[in-house]
Amino acid sequence: MEHTEPDRDDIGAKLGMWVFIFTEILLFGGLFLVYAIMRHRYPEDFHLASRQLNTFIGALNTLVLLVSSMTVAMSISAVQKKDKRMATILLLITLLCAVIFLVNKYFEWGHKISLSLYPGSDLMMQLKHGYILFFSLYFFMTGLHLLHLIIGAIILGVALAKIRLGLINDQHYVLLENGGLYWHLVDLIWIFLFPLLYLIT
Amino acid sequence: MTEESYPIAHPSYLVDTGKRKGIKAWLTTCDHKRIALLYLWSIMVFFIIGAILGETMRTELFRPGQQFYGPQTYNAIFTLHGLIMIFLIVIPGLTVVFGNFVMPIMIGANDVAFPRLNLFSWYLYILGAAVVVVSQFAGSGPPDTGWTFYAPYSTQTHTNVIAAVSGAFILGFSSILTGINFIVTIHRLRTPKMTFFKMPLLPWAVYATAWIQVLATPIIGITLLMIIGERVFRIGFFDPALGGDPILYQHLFWIYSHPAVYIMILPAMGVITEIIPTFSQRRIFGYKAIAFSSLAIAGVGYFVWGHHMFTSGMSKEAIWVFSLLTFLVAVPSAIKVFNWVTTMYKGSIDLKPPMLYAMAFIFLFTIGGLTGLVQGALATDIQVHDTSFIVAHFHYIIFGGVGFAFLGGLHYWYPKMFGRLYNIRTANIAWGFLFTGFNLLYFPQFVIGLEGMPRRYFDYLPQFTLSQQISTVGGYLLGIGLIIMIVNLFRKSGEKAPDNPWGGKTLEWQLPSPPPEENFSTPPNVSDFPYDYD
Repeated sequence: MEHTEPDRDDIGAKLGMWVFIFTEILLFGGLFLVYAIMRHRYPEDFHLASRQLNTFIGALNTLVLLVSSMTVAMSISAVQKKDKRMATILLLITLLCAVIFLVNKYFEWGHKISLSLYPGSDLMMQLKHGYILFFSLYFFMTGLHLLHLIIGAIILGVALAKIRLGLINDQHYVLLENGGLYWHLVDLIWIFLFPLLYLIT
Repeated sequence: MTEESYPIAHPSYLVDTGKRKGIKAWLTTCDHKRIALLYLWSIMVFFIIGAILGETMRTELFRPGQQFYGPQTYNAIFTLHGLIMIFLIVIPGLTVVFGNFVMPIMIGANDVAFPRLNLFSWYLYILGAAVVVVSQFAGSGPPDTGWTFYAPYSTQTHTNVIAAVSGAFILGFSSILTGINFIVTIHRLRTPKMTFFKMPLLPWAVYATAWIQVLATPIIGITLLMIIGERVFRIGFFDPALGGDPILYQHLFWIYSHPAVYIMILPAMGVITEIIPTFSQRRIFGYKAIAFSSLAIAGVGYFVWGHHMFTSGMSKEAIWVFSLLTFLVAVPSAIKVFNWVTTMYKGSIDLKPPMLYAMAFIFLFTIGGLTGLVQGALATDIQVHDTSFIVAHFHYIIFGGVGFAFLGGLHYWYPKMFGRLYNIRTANIAWGFLFTGFNLLYFPQFVIGLEGMPRRYFDYLPQFTLSQQISTVGGYLLGIGLIIMIVNLFRKSGEKAPDNPWGGKTLEWQLPSPPPEENFSTPPNVSDFPYDYD
């Protein structure tokens, strides 16, 4: 049975995305709670363990994500102004930023793993409790964030394809807006993760 | 199931009108009414499995000592019973069946806000259920942790916890998407003249429930991911040997799982609030009080989780606060009970099956609620913690409350859903068996719980034998009642139902039974008050 398409409701679609974003924030909220408790319990260990992280790469990734958030927002404006070419370029920059982020993360994680600083390694089992928990949290939080970044990039990739096909245009762009909202969420979570993990003093 | 009696222009939603026919049409439907029935069938199947598991436990407990299975099997069976009943039936339960079928009609909408997402939620639900089933047969044996997956046991047992946890995670995702869908539906699709305070009270209850689904479920999602992380990567969050803390798991678990109790009970209260005015032919008493108490339960219910852990190690100050909040959350529930009873006062009460279930709900829910306060009080909780008193309490809430409300709602909207009536006398007899069997089954558990019978034990001391046997007999009566009820509802012999068999006032009774595929061709007119009986 084909159901009749319900009346289009862009505000409803955006409301749905906002509520979904609440759930994402609470999902990470559970991790922030664990982080707060563990850091309160092992402040020294957390401080020393966080020195193992490369602040430069972290800061670079923060910058990359901020730029990508800006280009997403600009691409929506470009679509509204019927500038298909500009919207395409801006979204491609966004996706490029996502790739840069992933490459940085690959080297960052690869370095930690080569030093045996990952949950469950033999070295890890001999370290102090705070170190173990810090690196567990580090991988768990950045890993979950990474997953969200990949999902966000896929949504934006779909939006890009739809712009090329003319399915997203100056009249219908709620998918791009929702993809943008999600991308800002990915960005925002990183903005919290960066100081919590890299800048502990 | 097809009814050809309506003009071709408005065939019933049960008739296939599209290109696809039969099962294919059902599995690809985006119609909220059909999706409600998809959920109804799935829930019925799981409920029968869960009930059979429960009956085997009662049989095992008929005498002290081992009857026909040992402790490990008993542990696996109560775990599966809990998983099925909690995650597959009562958490989605009333929301997905009545929230889907009736709520959009009640607010004058033609569907939910995101019909395809709605169907996707059902598929996620089935996927989650399938993973839970797989956890029983694949891998290293069925999980034996109880439905709570308490760490550190759940991170160390050799049974197949990961699959069960993944199933619960997927079911949570389904629940979140349904919640988002209903929030947006209620905000955006109410018929133009229907303000929030002209909305019937079931949509109010569904709305409050949807917010808990959205705001609490992510916490169990991340917690279950942490359990998987513990088992696969040894992340150590809950492992004292690595600096973690098992009590932290209990906190995270109950931050969701206590609000989950309100995900179960709020739509049940919503259903009761619809049944009582119809069968008393009286305006609902205290409309706004009922609406706001739903929101109050949703709000305060978020902050009472600690009362599950009074004996697990918490500071005195925390215990006091949680105990106080627990008593506070009982107030809005009591307001509702007061309003229902007052609505019935001086009404012309018609004791049809839905009303019998509704009245049973009030009685059983009140017992369940008051015994909950026994556990909310600090001193008595120490005595009853982990005894069968707890088992009796939550079955009074979950089965006596949510379950009876579900059956009441089913008997109430059944003529609307299927366009047929059931045999009222048989339905009354089934209700009699259910009500008697239920009380015989669970009331003795209060008594032996106070006397020290621990929960989750497959064996017991001889002095509890008589009570356990009464319980088992009650369990069998309950089973007989369920069989009579199911046969009565689903044999295809009932006469055609009129559009408004009970004299209800809400919008669904203005539609034909069963409703056409497109609920309203023009936005319906609504009166100033949804329950205008006087």
